[in-house]
Formats: sequence, C-alpha cells, structure tokens
Amino acid sequence: MNASHRSLRRWTRRPAFRGLLFWLVPALFLGYFFYQPLLALFNLALKGSALSGWEFDMSALNLTRIWRPLSFTIRQAALSTLLTLILGLPGAWAFTHFTFPGKKFLKTLTTLPFILPTVVVAAGFNALLGPRGWINLGLMSLFNLATPPIQFLNTFGAILVAHVFYNTTIILRVVSNAWSQQNIRLQHASQVLGASPWHTFKEITLPQLKPAIFSGTLLVFLFNFSSFGVVLMLGGPQYATLEVEIYVQALHLLNLPMASVLSILQLLCTLLITLGHNRASGLGDLVAAPPARGITPRKPTRVIERVVLILIITTLFVLLVAPLSSLALRSIVKLEPTRGERGEIERGLTLQFYRELAVNRRGDLFFVPPITAARNSFLFALITIGLTLTLGLLVAYAQRYRTPLNKILDPLLMLPLGASAITLGLGFIIVFNRPPFSTLRFPLLIPIAHTLVALPFIVRTLSPALRNISTSLRNAARVLGASPLRVWREVDLPLMTPSILVSTIFALTISLGEFGASTFLVRPDYPTLPVAIYRYISQPGALNYGQALAMSTILMLVCAAGIFTIERLQKSEKDGN
Amino acid sequence: MLSVINIDKSYEGQPLLKGVSFSVDENETVCLLGPSGSGKSTLLRIIAGLEEPEGGDVHWKHASLAGIPTHKRRFGLMFQDYALFPHRNVAENIAFGLKMQNLPADEINARVEHALETIGMAGFAHRKVTELSGGEQQRVALARALAPNPRLLMLDEPLGALDRTLREDLGQELRRILHESKIPAIYVTHDQEEAFSLADRLLLLHQGAIIQGGRPHEFFHHPRNEWVARFFGLGNLVEGTVVSRTPLQVETALGLIHASCDRQSPAPGQRATLLFRPSQAQLTSVEEVNLLAGRVSDQVFQGEKYQVSLTINDRLPEFKILLPNPLAIGERLQVHYPPSDVLCLENGA
Amino acid sequence: MRKIIFALLVLIFTLLIGACAPSARPAETQSITVVTHDSFAISEELIADFESEHDVKVVFVRGGDAGTTLNQAILTKENPVADVFFGLDNTFLTRALEEELFIAYDSPMLAHIPAAFKLDPGNFALPIDYGDVCINYDKAYFADHNLPVPSSLKALTEPQYAGLLVVQNPATSSPGLSFLMATIAHFGEDGYLDYWAALKHNGVVVVSDWETAYYTNFSGSSGRGPQPMVVSYGSSPAAEVIFAETELAQAPTGSIIGPDTCFRQIEFVGILKNAANPDQAKIFVDFMLSVPFQEDIPLQMFVFPVNPQASLPQAFLEHVDTPDQPASLPPELIDAKREAWINAWLETILD
Repeated sequence: MNASHRSLRRWTRRPAFRGLLFWLVPALFLGYFFYQPLLALFNLALKGSALSGWEFDMSALNLTRIWRPLSFTIRQAALSTLLTLILGLPGAWAFTHFTFPGKKFLKTLTTLPFILPTVVVAAGFNALLGPRGWINLGLMSLFNLATPPIQFLNTFGAILVAHVFYNTTIILRVVSNAWSQQNIRLQHASQVLGASPWHTFKEITLPQLKPAIFSGTLLVFLFNFSSFGVVLMLGGPQYATLEVEIYVQALHLLNLPMASVLSILQLLCTLLITLGHNRASGLGDLVAAPPARGITPRKPTRVIERVVLILIITTLFVLLVAPLSSLALRSIVKLEPTRGERGEIERGLTLQFYRELAVNRRGDLFFVPPITAARNSFLFALITIGLTLTLGLLVAYAQRYRTPLNKILDPLLMLPLGASAITLGLGFIIVFNRPPFSTLRFPLLIPIAHTLVALPFIVRTLSPALRNISTSLRNAARVLGASPLRVWREVDLPLMTPSILVSTIFALTISLGEFGASTFLVRPDYPTLPVAIYRYISQPGALNYGQALAMSTILMLVCAAGIFTIERLQKSEKDGN
Repeated sequence: MLSVINIDKSYEGQPLLKGVSFSVDENETVCLLGPSGSGKSTLLRIIAGLEEPEGGDVHWKHASLAGIPTHKRRFGLMFQDYALFPHRNVAENIAFGLKMQNLPADEINARVEHALETIGMAGFAHRKVTELSGGEQQRVALARALAPNPRLLMLDEPLGALDRTLREDLGQELRRILHESKIPAIYVTHDQEEAFSLADRLLLLHQGAIIQGGRPHEFFHHPRNEWVARFFGLGNLVEGTVVSRTPLQVETALGLIHASCDRQSPAPGQRATLLFRPSQAQLTSVEEVNLLAGRVSDQVFQGEKYQVSLTINDRLPEFKILLPNPLAIGERLQVHYPPSDVLCLENGA
Repeated sequence: MRKIIFALLVLIFTLLIGACAPSARPAETQSITVVTHDSFAISEELIADFESEHDVKVVFVRGGDAGTTLNQAILTKENPVADVFFGLDNTFLTRALEEELFIAYDSPMLAHIPAAFKLDPGNFALPIDYGDVCINYDKAYFADHNLPVPSSLKALTEPQYAGLLVVQNPATSSPGLSFLMATIAHFGEDGYLDYWAALKHNGVVVVSDWETAYYTNFSGSSGRGPQPMVVSYGSSPAAEVIFAETELAQAPTGSIIGPDTCFRQIEFVGILKNAANPDQAKIFVDFMLSVPFQEDIPLQMFVFPVNPQASLPQAFLEHVDTPDQPASLPPELIDAKREAWINAWLETILD
C-alpha cells in the first residue's frame, strides 16, 4: 500500500472526520426542518418592521410586556422542575432497587400523563380536586363542611402540580435507566472500605448518576419553560409565560414582529440554559465500564425499606395516577342523574359515551370515528419512532468522537424543545407551502414536527449508553470475524437495547401527545386522537364532555398498549432470539 | 507464516515500537516478553489489524496484510481483560466466531461442547458470563479464541488469573492443542516459567525493540546483556572493571574475579558486569580462585532448595546462593565459582 | 427484534411511498379547496349533494383556531393553499381586508341578506353566519339560592353576585374579547375601565380560555364548577339540551339578554386572491349563502344563519334567548384599538 493511500485512510479515520460524517444527516434534518422555517418567519416578520436591519427602535418594544412573562417563565419552570425532582428521584430509587406488586403497571401509568392534552388534564384534576370533585366532596361530607376546603383551580399551585404530573415520568425513566446500569461492585467495594450506605450514595452512586440527573433536569426544565397549555388553562391571566405571550401576539393580535422578537428571546434563553447545563455536567465523559453487574431489583427486606417504599408509591399514585383514573372513571359514570341534586356522588355506570363516539349523530362531515383517530395517531407515532431512532443513533455515534463539533451542535439539537411551537408552526406554513410538501396527501410534516421535539430526549438517552460499551468488546467481535456491520448488530445493538427501548417509549408518547408545532399545522385527512378530543370539549353539552373524556381514555389505552408492547420486546430480547 | 516487518508506532507522541521485526512459523509458539508498557499488547493489536502502524508492515505467507480488515484476517486474539460479551451466555460467547463463519448449527454446538470439555467447563454452557469467577472467565475467553480454528493465535496473558495447578494443567493442554493443530501462536506473558515452558522461541521487547530472540535455554545460559539478566532474575550481578582480556579478569568489589565471555571479551579498562548464578555456587573450604566468603544473613525455603543470602564484605545487595541444606543465621561460609560459571555481560540498559 | 425492526422499516417505507404517490384522481373532476378553522362543521349529505350537482370535489383543509387560520392565509397569500377562506369574524375583518386577501364577489345571493350583516361594502368578505357572545347562567343555582337573574351589565357589580361570574382573558380568548367589547360598547371608552374595576371589586374570576371557564368553572356544565355565570355563547343552552345525556324538556342554562349584555359576532367567507379555481369558488360561496347550507348551520356550528329565509331548528327556537339589542362596534375601531383596550384591561385587572 503506498504512502498516499495510507495517509488518506488515516485521514478518514480521524475522529473529526468520522464525527462529521455521523452528524451530517441529523444536522441537515435539523437545518432544513427547524432552522429554515424559523429563520424564514423571522425574516418575513421582522423585515420592514421597526426592527429590521440594525436599527433597533426601542420604542417599538414594550419592555414590561417582555420582562414580566420572562421572569415568570423562569420562576415557574425552576420551581416546577425542583418539585419534579423531589418526586421523581425517590421514585427512580424505588423503581431501580425494588420489585413490588403492580410495579410494571405503575410504571406505565406514570408515563400516561405525558400524552394527555392539557384540556383533558384540567378535566381530570377538576374531577378530582375541583370544588365538586371527589376529594372535596368526600372531605365535605366527612367533616360536614359548607364550602369545598381545597382551592385548586387557577392558582400558581395548580400550574406547579400539573407540571409535576406531566413530567415526573421523564425523571423516573431517565434516572432509573442509568441507575440500574451502575456497577454494583463499586458500591460493594465502598461498603467494605467502611462507607455507610449514605456515604456510599453520596460518594459513589450520586457522582455516577450525575449525568443522567442533569440530563433529565434539563429536559424537564425546557418542557416547563416552553409550557403552554398548562399555564393557559390551569393558570389565569396573571400567569403569563413567554409562550403564552407569543400566542397572544401571534394569534390574537396578529402581531408577528412582536411574536418573532419574543421567540428569538425564548430561543436565546434555551440556548443559554443548554450551554450552562453542558458546561456543568459535560457531555457526559463517561469512562468505559467493563462488563459490569448492574443493579437488579429485589424485594424490600427491612421495615424501613418497606415504609419508605410505600410512601413513595402512594405519593406517585395520588399525584400521577389518581387524576388519570378519575378521568377514566368519569367517562363511564353518569354525569348528572338529576340536575337538581348537587353535592351527591352520582350513581350508575354507563358506556353511553363510548357508544356515542362511534355514532355520527348529525351526519357531520368531519366526524372522526375513534378507530380512525387512533389509527392515525398510531401511524404518526410509528413514523416518529423510526425517524427519531435513526437520527438519534447517528447523533449518538457522532458524539463518541470528541470533537469541538459536539459542543456546537449539541445545544443546537436541544433548541426545538424550548422553541415556540407557534412560531415553528407558522414557519412551517411559510416554507413548506410549496411542492413537494403541499402536494403530499400525507401530512409528513406532523411526524417530522414530533421528531424535532423527541430527538433531544433520544440523544440524551442513547449517547451515554453507547459510550458505556467498551472498545474491548468491539475488538473481540472484530477479531472473531464480525464485519463492522455485524459488530454493530451483535455487540452495540444488544447492549444498547434498554436505552433504545426507553427512547422508543419517549418518541411514542411525544408523538401521541402531539407536542410541538403539529398542534398548529394544517391537517388534511388525518385527524388524530388529541384533535378529536379537542373538538368535543370545545362545545357545550354533557354528551360532548363525556365523549371527550371517553376519547381521552381511549388515548390512554392506546398509549398503554404501545408501552406494553415495547417493554415486551425488551423481554424477548433478553431471552435471546 | 507471519512476518512482522519494521513496525513503528508511537503513543501520545512518544515512540513505543521502533522497527520491530520478527516472524512466526507454522507450528511455532513465540513468546513475547517484556516489562509493562513495552508495547506488547499494542503489537498484538497491530497484527490483528485493530490498530495501524505508523511504519512497517505485517505479512502473512509473504502477502501484505495492509488493507485487509480485522474481521477477514482469521486470527485469534485472547484479550487481557477477557472482553466476554455480557449479553450472551458461555456457549454463545464461544460460538461467536463459528457463527461469523456461518457454520451449520449442529456443527457449532458440537464444537462448543468440545471446547467446553477442553477447558474443563462442561455443563457451563448456559451460564451467564457475568456470574463466572475470574478464572472461569479466562478459560471461556481462551475457548472462544480457539473455537474458530484461527490461522494464528495471539494470547495476551492467557493464564494469569489461574491457580498453580490449573495453570499447569491448562498450560500443558495449551501446548498440546497448539502442537496438534500446528497453529502458530504468539504468547504474551510476564511469567518466565510459563514462557520457558511454552515457548519455542522467546522474544524480549525492551524500549521499543527486540533486544534478544532465541530459544528459551539461550536466554538462560547466554543472556545478551545485563538488562536481560536482570529481567530474568538470572542471578547476582556485580559490576567491575576489566583488568585483563585473556584470561578474562575483572576487578570487582568482591575481589579479582576470573570470568568467561560469550562473545568477544571486553578490552581492559572497560566496565563489565558479572553474573553469578545462585545454583552454581559451590561450598568450599579450600583456597580457590573466585573465592567468596561471607555470613548468612537470611534463608528462604523454596521447596527443593534453600535460598541463602550472604553478606560478603558487608556489601549490599546480598549475594544469593542455592543450597540443598539449611544453615544457621550468622554462620560463616565460603563459596567458589569456577571461571566458566561466571558470565561476563555487556553493560546494557 | 431484528425482524420487528425490519418489519417496521418496511411498513414506514411503504407508507412513505404511498404518501408520495400522486393522487389518483381523474383529471376531469375539478376540485375546490376550502380552508376553515377547527370549529367548522357541515353535514356530509349536504356536501355530497353539492358535489354531485356541480360535478366537483370539495376538499376541506383545517387550519387550527381562527387566529392561526388567518395568519396562515396572510403568510401564504402569494400562493394560497385554498380557493375559499371561511372563518373570518368581525374582529379581524379590517385586518383581513387590509392585507388584501380576497377578491370582490358581488354574489346574487347577497340580495337576500339583511344589510346589518354586510359589514364590507366592497363584498370582499361576505357574511355567512352570526352568533352572540352572552353570559350564560345556571338556572338551578339561581333557583336554589333564590337569586334574581341579573338583567344588565350594571347589575353584575351588585354585592349579591359577588364571585359568581367567570370571564375569559380577552388577550387569549375570542369570547373574552367579545365580552370586553360589549362593555366598551355599553359604557364607552371612558367608562368601561371603571366598570371592570367594579367587577374586580366584586370578585370576578378570570381564566384564560372558554374551555376552562365553561367546563371547569361553570356550575351549569358537566364540570360542575363554582361559578353560576359564565361568558359563553347564546346558543350554548340549546347545545346543552341537544347534547344532554338524558332527554331534557327545559334547557338547564339560559342567557342574560339585557341591553348590550351580548356581543354580536358575524362570520365571513372570502375567495382568496390567486386562488386556483375562482369560478368554482364563486359557485361554492353562492351555495354557502343558499337556504340548504344556511339551514344546516345551526345544528352543526351552533350559530345563526344570515339568510332570513332559512328556518331555525326547534331546539334553537325553544332554548335560545335572542337579545333585542346586541352590542357591536365598527370593525375598523376594533382593529385600531384592540391592543390598547386589552392592555388597559390587563392593567386594571392585574393591579
């Protein structure tokens, strides 16, 4: 082999080149589907306005209109994230270390809130904690009170609780996934050397968990930061975040320049937060661990363990599952047997609402049978899963090579999470209003919008898992005759399976919950479950209300089925195929 | 079969391997010896194709291997950290290479069974590798490397974690396997006994180059320089200045010593190091040439003999000799070495 | 696992192929594309009749809520996604006309429509339906507490109604904005803020959107909330009857229809400039103004037809209280002052 041939090969083996190669497709995807629409919108909106070019006309900006929402956004996001951690971390501990009856069930249930449209969540909380919700009714009759003791709605507390309700699953899954892959021998070594369980936790476990905790926190924070539905519906006018402000400016005042300015501000904040987080936690420079013994869950043995476990499970249940079940329950309970009787727990179960769902009573052209809606939701979810896994794996592989490219591209990858869905949606409208997208009968943009939101999650889950695979294993496979593709299939893929499954669940739930710009996208013939739910609940009438709840229950069931299937895949993988 | 030609490799800017060349023939087991960090494992990886050398080449049957990817070389490599696949059980690990060759399932099963018997782990087929002890893992790693019948086998510290009996048994088994299959093998180890017993040829790697290669007994009897002798712990090394060339006489702290040399004797005035093997000391009471008198300062039972430490002329380090019978601490005695048993070595770092 | 991944990939691939394939529609059949907001509804039969009568296919495209749909139309005006735009209301009328989204169409059907609805003399935007944003009240609550139903805006500031009214933020809700404008129409631009201060003093509850107000706060809905009065639509009581679980003889809620307590909203349709099929679009607009379509409107969209020849369904006649004197403001004024009004309102309420 001559010298120049060899030097070319050496050059292509350089980390920088390899990293670039892997980043190529994801970067193009992001650039085309995220940055292009945003920039198109900003360009259109700001040119010709007082803010075009470098002339920054300060009088055109109403600074209080900017500062108040910004500071409130940061405050509520920080507080919500803190509370989520307080609930989520002990929950992750419980899920990692113990088995208990109903564990799988609980784990699935805590994920379901993530997918529910806010309007339905509000109904669920109302059914539970509203003035005539079950808890208040129960307390009132128990203590003979005249007025409902719990004032939940339209308070700051409601926003916080709803955020915790939505996002705890992120912490639960991300952190317990990382925790169960920790090398238990390190903990043993520490204990033998005289460290108490608390010390072992502080000195050994916590530092190793740090990347996962940081990652989860960042994701939760960004979700809270750009939260829209919760703030709008469970809060009130005094609780306006940046996103709500953007909504008002863009869609009610039709003031796109102002909306764009706020959007840019939001993006800058997201960028700063992500950069700060990356600085503090590093991109997770994990040391490649040798084939280690992970933590396997066991039954609780000591009394204190049992007590704490029960406490955690109960809190999770009350906070996360109760609103869900009250919602589902409401959909099969007669809503008002007689209008006159207030304050009574109604009697009678009924499937009327479900039956009604299938009936197009008024011959409405836009009637959506639940099967169709469920099918469409599922279809979008499948495509989203395919796209995010492919792109996410590419990025995870790119991040193996420690190049400066990572430091630049990673925050750019995170931006879609904190970007305003409204501005992105409007940007989509501008850019993709021409062939080939406008002529497609199939709204491919919807799963693409979902992918943009899901990708940061997937990358943050897959990347550490990938870096945990030791090079030795790959080398062993190569020497034993496995071609590079075979190495990937035989070594990388099986060892990454738990993380891939967690990623798939995230992609599924984000898609089913229709987060992101897809709520503002044009939807020709493919109505989804959240769309159908919204249609019912935006009209008065008991049947409409009941059908909205019924459809929501169906959505939860579809999601639970999806999660169940995915987790079964993990089991069959473990048993060998 | 295998020719390693002029391999250069550096690590973090510093040269690691400088012009390393050697060859391995069919049915030959070559042992690579050297201190830690001397680049032995790197050399193995280069031969396997996992790393690229900066200079030089690797040939198999006179054809260059450059450009041929690892998975097509059909070499076997047993890793120092075992690198067993944690997500596969014992049988699947061993079967891996066979699976890559697309062999039929029953043949794979049969060969895996056979391999398990060879390493003495029949019945372990379905165990998870994460539950094995260190020794068991090592054996599985060995079986895994052997199972696909590689053209060349490379072993990185293959018997390190085993207890003595197992090591001997397995060592013998390994010898037998290598001999029967005529697979050329490269063996990396720290243990000299192992090296001596298994190798057909020894290569000593030092500071990036092979400083001595040859049959085991050559190292023992004719170490190339002081460093080699020190590495092998061949015996007591005493420095001195050459007084006369023929006969070779060296003035040392132990007195004027008559010695012999393998190669050309050094010139008078030059520094030289003399090797006194502990086993060749002869107790004497008469006046002879190369007489050493001293006092017993320590004594260690070594099974067949006693290693006795002598303080000669209050000089340190102590002089070590091997004697069949124990002595008392503090006892005085005299030993003598015939000149032919004192080897003059080149000073070498 | 591999097999499943492979199967998934195949599935996705076939879907993408299917999506990209050109639609197998015969070339002869023309099509009209209509873009509407998400609240639009129409009977299948009606459209089927239209399609067969005119040998044309009608494609509906949904654009989100009213604001989004309008934004979309503005952003794509060079190259619109549709021929017909429906869902413009009087609060956005001036803005849409300024943006020159439509072409003028003097439809012959306009002769039947009362002048009060024709807010655009140029006929770029043609009226199709109207509705009232009114305060709904929970009949049972007032009966139980022996409270008289307030009959005017002023009455809402009385202490006996303290904390019983829930309204929506005009910045984030269209009915909320309508109610605000009703108070401006009634008390004038100099007096409405004092009125709102009084309402605030009387414990008015403000939420962000209609769904929360109606289904979480209102006691007369299935949500069974705390407030018995809510800003909603005049047609909501009829909806409560039509969509009741069990047959109801009487509507459980009613509307307060004192002077200026309701605000009139009118919805318009327009033919987009640069549309692909302007001629077909005109036929469709005529159809929208015709009696069959107009009669279909109430039970589908819960608003009233502009065409007086269209008869109303029984439920509407029985259960909807129509105001004699609904409030309204000129569209140009709304467009000019909207932001200022909202800001002033926010300051009053939040301080």
